[in-house]
Parts: sequence; structure tokens; C-alpha cells
Amino acid sequence: MLDTQKKQALAETARQIRIGIIEGVYHAGCGHPGGSLSIADIMVYLYFEEMRIRPDQPHWKDRDRFVLSKGHTAPALYATLAQRGFFPKEDLVTLRKFGSYLQGHPDMKKVPGVDMSTGSLGQGISAACGMALAAKHTGQDYRVYTMVGDGESEEGEVWEAAMFAAHYKLDNLCLILDLNGLQIDGPITEVMNPTPHDEKFRAFGWHVITIDAHDFDAIAAAFAEARTISGQPTAIIAKSIKGKGVSYMENQCAWHGQAPKEDLYRVALADLGA
Amino acid sequence: MAEKMATREAYGRALAELGETYDFVVLDADLAAATKTELFRKKFPDRFFDCGIAEGNMMGVAAGLAAAGQIPFASSFAMFAAGRAFEQVRNSIGYPHLNVKIGATHAGITVGEDGASHQCNEDIALMRVIPGMTVICPADAAETRAAVEAALKYEGPVYMRFGRYAVPTVTDYTGRPFEIGKASCLRAGNDVTIAATGFMVHLALEAADQLAVEGISAEVINVPTIKPLDRETLTASARKTGAVVTAEEHSVIGGLGSAVAECLTETCPVPVLKVGVQDVFGTSGSVPALLEAYGLTSDEICRHAKEAIAARRA
Repeated sequence: MLDTQKKQALAETARQIRIGIIEGVYHAGCGHPGGSLSIADIMVYLYFEEMRIRPDQPHWKDRDRFVLSKGHTAPALYATLAQRGFFPKEDLVTLRKFGSYLQGHPDMKKVPGVDMSTGSLGQGISAACGMALAAKHTGQDYRVYTMVGDGESEEGEVWEAAMFAAHYKLDNLCLILDLNGLQIDGPITEVMNPTPHDEKFRAFGWHVITIDAHDFDAIAAAFAEARTISGQPTAIIAKSIKGKGVSYMENQCAWHGQAPKEDLYRVALADLGA
Repeated sequence: MAEKMATREAYGRALAELGETYDFVVLDADLAAATKTELFRKKFPDRFFDCGIAEGNMMGVAAGLAAAGQIPFASSFAMFAAGRAFEQVRNSIGYPHLNVKIGATHAGITVGEDGASHQCNEDIALMRVIPGMTVICPADAAETRAAVEAALKYEGPVYMRFGRYAVPTVTDYTGRPFEIGKASCLRAGNDVTIAATGFMVHLALEAADQLAVEGISAEVINVPTIKPLDRETLTASARKTGAVVTAEEHSVIGGLGSAVAECLTETCPVPVLKVGVQDVFGTSGSVPALLEAYGLTSDEICRHAKEAIAARRA
């Protein structure tokens, strides 16, 4: 269990990151707030507690790696990286604008702290496998984390990679599946049901942990457990709320991929206590 | 001419040999016996990773390995490396310009009996349109060996195209390296330029012999790097001869012929006639039968050469 003070600090950082997501998407006039807000708590835990990183040395060779396979939720990654000191928070409002390094989807060659260029669904998890394999091959002890969307799990490549990771016993790989239940066209179970994820990953040879994606104790326990697993990769199935923290966005499919206009932007900031 | 060897065989041998000197890893998608990466696997089992029949994931794994500092060679048939995994190559390797080498074997119709589903006549077109991608199609075993080493030393994504069909050696890399982006003049001539790639280079040389009998002086340019194209060498030759024929085991749409035409329309507009697979799918058959049926012969090169000369402005 995390102590109360730490939990409060994590929650406060997550609040800041959610504000950063809203600022970025609002100023861009487009983007993907719903799935960014759903992963914010886990992103905070990864970048402020779990991962071995040096914000002033984004290419440090022994760093833990993170691959945002659900690349459209770049606003969450950017807000987290900025909050952690990889680049100035003031730049978040340049998201998606011509000339900004904050591309609509993560670009490893442009954004400090982005370990892999992603955006086309299903591909990030494969790259994460490659990074984890590289660590095994060279005897380096860094870990690799990848965030996969539940809708994204409808891509066949996710399961090609799942097979690969188990086959090569990539116990240095930890996947987080953001189970927010919604994709562009509707509930995942109605569009093309990819569930049950836990049984599928288990059948593919993974160690599986199911958590509430907004409970820091559960998040901390899951990542701690993943570190103890030997000989197989870990999948954390994180049940989340799409749009978490913004009243009118929560569990609303429509907020998968649109920005709020000014009135709703104000509501969002008020919801987040900004 | 030296013994005949398929460029896929030369690829496998090159990996096994260069593995002694260079630090790289090899990936395959359950085709190691066919792509000849098994020669590397036998020697360096710890540096070989079979990805199973999942080419899209293999390209992504290669990207991740490269992002972590490794030099991966990802191998499969051209159909699956460039075709099935196109988008992974484009987005996970090409866009971040990662240091991945793609060794694609069984390119073109000389796959033979397997037929149209496996005869990839589109891969040069698919790969050369990706920004920053280097595309290499060696003429023979010697050039393959040299090209693989050059690709290893080069930083960035490279697509290499190899064949299943045994071809004679026409290039000589004794004491010199393969230079990415350089075409070479194998035979000087004045009346027509024959620019060829892959095993069509040796047929271009045969065509030049046939044309010489008829009093036509053909210049034969070997173009092993289709991207970046050696615009200077091709333009200089076109200026000299005023008539160009291209020859490739690939669709006449989007391959070497298109690349040469794109260049010469800007630098030296002359007739550019293309020998290659027309806008059709392949079919099962023996390689000699297929080469004849699809017009990949020295006779066809000669016929096009005469047409190009006739079309040249007076």
C-alpha cells in the first residue's frame, strides 16, 4: 500500500496531467481526450514512480522504455513528459500545430522522451517486443512498458506480438491494456468484441493482472508484481473510465476524438479544479 | 562467367560470413530455409530470432531492436516483406528512419512454379515511395555480398531485393566496395543506353552482344541502387545515346523504368522504353517458360532498343 501522502501527491500530479491534456486538445482544436484521460493515472505512476528514467538524458541507454501503442492518446504522454521535465509545459498548447514538435501522434525523432513513433494501431507493441528482446540479447536490465488500447486489441498484430513476447520469455516487458470499453464506433463489445482480454493473454502465455486503472494502490501493486514474474511477460488489464475526470466526457464515446469548444473547455477545467 | 548462384543464396552466405566481423542480428518469418538466413542461424543461433509466420510483427520487432541500438536484418519473401508488412515498414521503420535492413527474397516472377500469389512484381514500387528508404537490387552473387556489407555500414533503413533463380556473375567487386547510390557502366556504347537491375543485367549484356552484331553500339548501365538513383550516370549516358531502354524483373509501373523515366524527364528527355512485367499478374511455370512468356529476354531488350533508337529525335 502506498502511504497517504504519496497517493495525494500522485493524484495531484494526475490532476495536473489531465489539465495538460485538456489544454493541449482545446488549443489544437482536435485530438483524442477520452482515451488520454483514461490512462492518466497509470501514466503518472509509470513516469513518477515506476520507470528508471533521466529527463535530462532522454536517450540514456539504460533507461526503461515506454511505447504508447495507442498513439492517438499522445496528449497524455506529452502532458506526462512535460510534467516530468522532459520539455516545457508551456509547449503543450502547441499540440498538433504546424511547426510544433508535438505531432498529432508520438514522433521519437522530434519529442524528447518519446521512445517509439506510434499512431498506427497494433504496431507499438511489436516495437516494445523488439526493445525487450534487445535488452535480453545484450544483457541490459532495463524494462519495457507498452500501453495498448482495448479497441486496438482488435488488430491482429497485437496477438502476433503477444505470441512473440511469450515465446521469447520477455519477462522484462509489461503491457498495460487500457480497458475503457469504448472505441470510435461504439462500445468495444458491440463494434468487434475483443474480450475477455485476461483469458486471451493468459492463453497466449502471459502473466495477467486485472486492476482498477484509477486506484494507485492497485497500480503500484500490479507493477510490483510484474517485476517478480520470471519467464513470461505481464499484461495488466486496467479497467478504466474513458474521459475520467471531466464530467461530460466520462464514458461518452463522442469524446474519443474531438476537442471541447470554449464553454465546455471551461467546464472541463472547472471539473479538474483548474 | 563464374558459376551461377541465386542472389538469395549469396545473401545467406553474406550474412553468415559478415557475422564474423559485424555485430548484427537476423530475423526471419519461418522461411529461413528458403531465404537462406539458415546459413547465419546455424553459425550464430544466439543472434537469430524466428518470428514465425507474422511478418507485420517481425517488422515492428526489427524497429524496436533498431531503436534499442541493434542492427536487425529482417527477412522474408518480397511479397510479405514489402507487401503484407508494407505499413509496418512505412510507419515503424521508415517514418522514424530506423536502422533496419530488410532482406527480401523470392522477388519477381522467377519464383516460378508457386505462381502469382508469390510472384512479387510490385515491391520496388512500394519501397521506393517511402521517404528515406534505400532500395537495392543486386545483379548477382558478387554484388549481393558487397551490397549486404554496404547496407550494414550505412545508417538507415535499406530494402534489399533478392531472387530465387540462379544467375551468372557479371560484376566484379574485387578490392572495391559497393557504393549505395552508384550505377556503373558495364559496357560503353553510343547508340542506345540499356539500364538494367537485378538478374536482367546479364540479359542486358547479352542484348548488347546481339545488337553489336547488327552494328548497334549499346551502353549497358547496371543500376543496383534504385533509390537513391544515380541521376548523374544515367543522365550522362542518355545525353550521349539519346535513347534509353530499362530492364527489370518487376512491373513496368513504379520500378526501375519509372524511376529512370522520372529522372530523365527532368534532366534529359529522351525516349525511355521499359522491359519488365506488364500490368498483369504472374502464373505458375518453369523460369525459362515464364521469362519467355513475360518478355524478360535479351531479344525483347534488343527489340525495345531498336524502337528507342527509332523514336529518338533526329
